[in-house]
Amino acid sequence: MKEIVVISGKGGTGKTSISAAFAMLGGNDLVVADCDVDAADMHLLLKPDFNTKVDFYSGQLAVIDSEKCTDCGKCAAVCRFNAISVIDGNFTVNPIKCEGCGYCSRICPVEAISNIQPKAGQWYESKIKNGSTMVHARLGIGADNSGKLVAKVKNEARRVAAERSKEMILVDGAPGIGCPVVSSLSGAALVVLVTEPSVSGFHDLKRVYQLVKKFKIKAACIINKHDLNLDVSKQIHDFVKEEGILQLSNLPYSPSFTRAMIQGQTIIEYDAAEIKASLVDSWEKILKSLNQKI
Amino acid sequence: MKIAIASGKGGTGKTTLATNLAVLIAETERVVLADLDVEEPNSGLFIKAKLLSEDVKYKMIPQWDEDTCTLCGLCQEVCNFHAVIQLGDQIMVFPELCHSCYACSELCPAAALPMKAYRMGTMKHYQSGNLNFIESRLDIGQEQAVPLIAQTNDFISDNFNDGHLVLLDSPPGTSCPVIEATAEADYVILVTEPTPFGLHDLKLAVDTIRQMKKDFGVVINRDGAGDEQVLTYCKIENIKVLARIPDDRNVAELYSRGQLVYPEIAEFRRELEKVYSHIQQINFKIDVE
Repeated sequence: MKEIVVISGKGGTGKTSISAAFAMLGGNDLVVADCDVDAADMHLLLKPDFNTKVDFYSGQLAVIDSEKCTDCGKCAAVCRFNAISVIDGNFTVNPIKCEGCGYCSRICPVEAISNIQPKAGQWYESKIKNGSTMVHARLGIGADNSGKLVAKVKNEARRVAAERSKEMILVDGAPGIGCPVVSSLSGAALVVLVTEPSVSGFHDLKRVYQLVKKFKIKAACIINKHDLNLDVSKQIHDFVKEEGILQLSNLPYSPSFTRAMIQGQTIIEYDAAEIKASLVDSWEKILKSLNQKI
Repeated sequence: MKIAIASGKGGTGKTTLATNLAVLIAETERVVLADLDVEEPNSGLFIKAKLLSEDVKYKMIPQWDEDTCTLCGLCQEVCNFHAVIQLGDQIMVFPELCHSCYACSELCPAAALPMKAYRMGTMKHYQSGNLNFIESRLDIGQEQAVPLIAQTNDFISDNFNDGHLVLLDSPPGTSCPVIEATAEADYVILVTEPTPFGLHDLKLAVDTIRQMKKDFGVVINRDGAGDEQVLTYCKIENIKVLARIPDDRNVAELYSRGQLVYPEIAEFRRELEKVYSHIQQINFKIDVE
């Protein structure tokens, strides 16, 4: 089983639109995993049926029993996250600030603090519009376990792929370089970097690629809106070449992406001409590259 | 007064709004711009200012003292993040997983896990006229943005508490880094685009900001590129739309070159001034209260 992970460093480069197009091109050979759990959007294009819904519990949250509490204040003194304060005369935990380290409950002399496992989100196993399976999720508001929910989504996608003898998992990854991205990258056979020719896009591409390099994962690149700035586009091409990244395609700056989204369609359903041809070609290159690795 | 500029979806124009607004405001009053998107900081690409200082930023992690350790195993037991592991007669610390809660260190009966500073990134302070610009940058391979964001917020509170207007360019999403970045803000500006993705992620951001009980308004970027759904949503939810920045390829081109937009495009400047005048009204209201 092989995992293809689409990431971008910078948001708004077209990562999800392109991932959704690949999901359609891969059809029934693959399982789709939306690991951008913070702001998951792929379902808007792939129309999953939310057939299976499972609550996701993760981490810990301290809760103070005011009946037992003797107001000694030791919990607030050890908390490094300023999560405990006196509200209406009672020592109280702010659930948004609490990181679930459990220190307060360990030192409470009267055992007034317990730890509960909070609901951190929900994950889904769905059938999407082309009949294949997608695993996706929604992170709870302010939850600090997005990396763990990403790992959950990936593991469920692996289970589905194994059960149904699917060869590939296509992952829509998170933006940035932090824990959700690291979690998205684990186990990847190929990373597809989606970028745009802006100074910010190039800056973020270089940063996220350093991370990919650290994990020694083979990389490929798509430059979206490539005609927006031909100078920066050229610089990205040079960088890609120098680093031995597989250049997949240049896509045009086109209103079709937004129009497709409004129709609830993937870009290849909406635009059957130039953009579709480029993405079909990119997908073939991805498959070829995956097979070469064996 | 602190204003956080945030969005659910990435790439909607947070940095474009933050940098242009900061430079426009600096024409008439003192302003601080802080790039709190420490995973991918981009504001600095648009700001021309003099570097005043550069500091390495650290978080505290435990360091094993082999000689005093009795291998009692309590450290491993108390760590909820699996950052301290006992393997045979060795204690291993995983800095990327450590949340700096100090539990293992302070509860160790042999004081064998003193806390030491561990590098996580850098913070730079730039200045140009009325504008102070703070950029924090997480080192590649560091997974936790929150401690660096928190230290940057502390630096701003300590140094610019004297009537500066502070703009915080926040990370995208709705999870812990955004909460940390917006926690101290008096007002939040949510930047979105009029598309199904923009609307979906705006709703998540609104839920988050409402849960934090913050006052907020919305700026619609690339107005006209999509549909009317974002406007309809804001109307139904009684959310103030502060400005509508028209969709314009010229804006995207200026941005792509790392240039500020408002000096070149009058319509953009007009919308930016609407945002500024709203900020002034809020500031006045806070002063009165």
